[in-house]
Amino acid sequence: MLDIRNISKQYGQYYALNDVSLHIPRGSIFGLLGPNGAGKTSLIRIINQITAPDTGVIYLGGEPLRSNHIENIGYLPEERGLYKKMKIGEQMLYLAQLKGLRKQDALQKIKAWFIKLQIESWWDKKIEDLSKGMQQKVQFIATVIHEPELIILDEPFSGFDPVNAQIIQEEILELNKKGATIIYSTHRMESVETLCDHIALLNKSKKILDGSVREIKNAYKSQSYKIKLAQVDKSSSPILTNSKFDISSFTNFTDDYELIIKLKEDSTLNQALLEIIPQAKITHVSEIIPSMHDIFIEKVTQIKNEKN
Amino acid sequence: MNKIFLIIQREYLSRVRKRSFILTTFLVPLFFIGMYAGVFFLTKKSFEDTFAHVYVIDQEGSIISQLVSNKNITYEQATGSLDKEKESLQKREKNSYLLIIPSDFYSSKDIEILSAGKPNISTQSEIKNQLAELIRNQAYERLGLNAESIREIDDKINISAKEISETGEAKESHTEIAMGISMALAVLIYLSLFLYGAQVMRGIIEEKVSRIVEVIISSVKPFQLMMGKILGIGLVGLTQFLLWITLTLVLTTAATTFLVDQQEITSQLAQNSQSLGDETIKASTSDINPTKFLESIEITKLLVCFFIFFLGGYFLYSALFAAVGSAVDSETEASQFTMPITMPLLLAYILSFGVLVNDPHGAVATWLSFIPLTSPIAMLVRIPFGVPTWQIVISVVLLIAGFLLTTWAASRIYRVGILMYGKKASLKELIKWFKYKN
Repeated sequence: MLDIRNISKQYGQYYALNDVSLHIPRGSIFGLLGPNGAGKTSLIRIINQITAPDTGVIYLGGEPLRSNHIENIGYLPEERGLYKKMKIGEQMLYLAQLKGLRKQDALQKIKAWFIKLQIESWWDKKIEDLSKGMQQKVQFIATVIHEPELIILDEPFSGFDPVNAQIIQEEILELNKKGATIIYSTHRMESVETLCDHIALLNKSKKILDGSVREIKNAYKSQSYKIKLAQVDKSSSPILTNSKFDISSFTNFTDDYELIIKLKEDSTLNQALLEIIPQAKITHVSEIIPSMHDIFIEKVTQIKNEKN
Repeated sequence: MNKIFLIIQREYLSRVRKRSFILTTFLVPLFFIGMYAGVFFLTKKSFEDTFAHVYVIDQEGSIISQLVSNKNITYEQATGSLDKEKESLQKREKNSYLLIIPSDFYSSKDIEILSAGKPNISTQSEIKNQLAELIRNQAYERLGLNAESIREIDDKINISAKEISETGEAKESHTEIAMGISMALAVLIYLSLFLYGAQVMRGIIEEKVSRIVEVIISSVKPFQLMMGKILGIGLVGLTQFLLWITLTLVLTTAATTFLVDQQEITSQLAQNSQSLGDETIKASTSDINPTKFLESIEITKLLVCFFIFFLGGYFLYSALFAAVGSAVDSETEASQFTMPITMPLLLAYILSFGVLVNDPHGAVATWLSFIPLTSPIAMLVRIPFGVPTWQIVISVVLLIAGFLLTTWAASRIYRVGILMYGKKASLKELIKWFKYKN
């Protein structure tokens, strides 16, 4: 769907983006992650043709980015807002027409969305008369009214109350099911794991990691497991015999014990468990999967170390 | 291209539909009509107020028959004795006077005027002038001169200033009216450039503060948004001017046709100045023929130039205002930038009350009317005094070049500025933005 090739953007001496390449598959929900200032918004603005890259090319659906491509893109900026004094209906119509919709089509689509989100009665209201949550619903409709193939959401849930966030999340998933590709940009890395299938990590204007969420997680598995034990022989605790694994931690709770182990190289979980079984009663075993946040930290530290 | 029309349409309609626009559009002409009517009625009332009945006790004997009554004053022989007349003066109609002419009037030149209230100055001078005339005539006779031939030697000088136009034909020149029109134009242009330029700035700040700007420029180019706003508000300005002109003309015509007789106004105004008794005023007012004057400065040319220079100046200054609006986060923050950019305008405005009207064809005035930042005011101030066409053409060409340049420069600052939230912009920062690649 979207091919970003070697994009660089410089503001004076400062690099906003440094040779960033990304492939965003059609129909994916793509998480664009990174701390504030990593270059996410700069990249999004380039995709939206708000600014142009210094070097590099972007292909949308196989074609180099053209000005009428913006009609296929829906963009919800992080810094968003609407005309406070303008009536909601007129405002939606204006924004839809700016996206290239004809007046009649725009009217029809706006009405359909208003009915769907149960806000039909708002047509003649002004934005300033609405609550923040309501404004965001309106803003979301404005983003997707022209049925774009590519929807770019920059921190879409910031400022949303949980109820409205849920509604919007469902709408996003539905649009994705209908075929829209979604780029979801955020600095809150934990929030993407449930939503995204692909991600890219940006840090200090560079891409440091990208790929499908599953692949990345597999690659960053630490071979650690959490094992819960009951009835450990108190005199012999913690488990002493461990040739197949290292013990990361051992915690004594009132009813049971929690053991975190890391497998040694070439060992399997089965082998480790076989070692433990004679020594304690196992009640629970689970793999410790690293969070995106952990992966990010690990990757950043790794890059730092490489430099040194 | 279609999208810029959408923007113009929104900018235009959202302002024209505002209650404040409708109110100012209709109230301003009404205000002018009100002033016009006010002046008329006050003038009329002052005539009624100053109409004087003068009762004359003529102890000299020959004077009363030589006094001439007119529209402002009637003379009547007082019948009673001095004391009796003094007493009855209180009871007589408003503006009654008792004029006592002593028997040695021609030698002493003393008279006495009594009135119930405060004596009116124009009535006093009217009486004084008539009596002075009598004394003069008597003196001519005493010296054996012919009063008639003396009167023929007119001591008043009528200046008929004519200017030679480019075609060599002599036109009547009326400096006083040209000055008046010039100053009115200066005020009008100055205020409207400020008014509409500030509207552009405010609109941009509003879009930036409400954060809708990024939503919009993901659909249109920043330049389109900026130009759409400038053009839309420019059209609002034009609409307002056209409505003002039309409404004022319609209302004035209606008012003069239905309410008053035009002849009456003119004659009354003329009399008003005469009644002041000041001969120089008498001379100048009777000499000025308004219609003749308007012909001499070519009212159509003036109107066309007004619209050209208004639009040119508006585009130039609104582009500057747009750049300022994009660079700041609030109107209060904007003032540090609006001050320097409006300095040339302010300078031309202030000079228009001095150098420009006093020496409209001098070097300062000519240069100011060429420089695009000052020409909208300076050239318009000069036009009523007659400006060669080639100068107007140069000025317009420079103005167009000026606004193309400022629009280009402003758009480079604008495209960066509108996306800079909460950043304090300094001049250094603006120059940096200007240099950014697209």
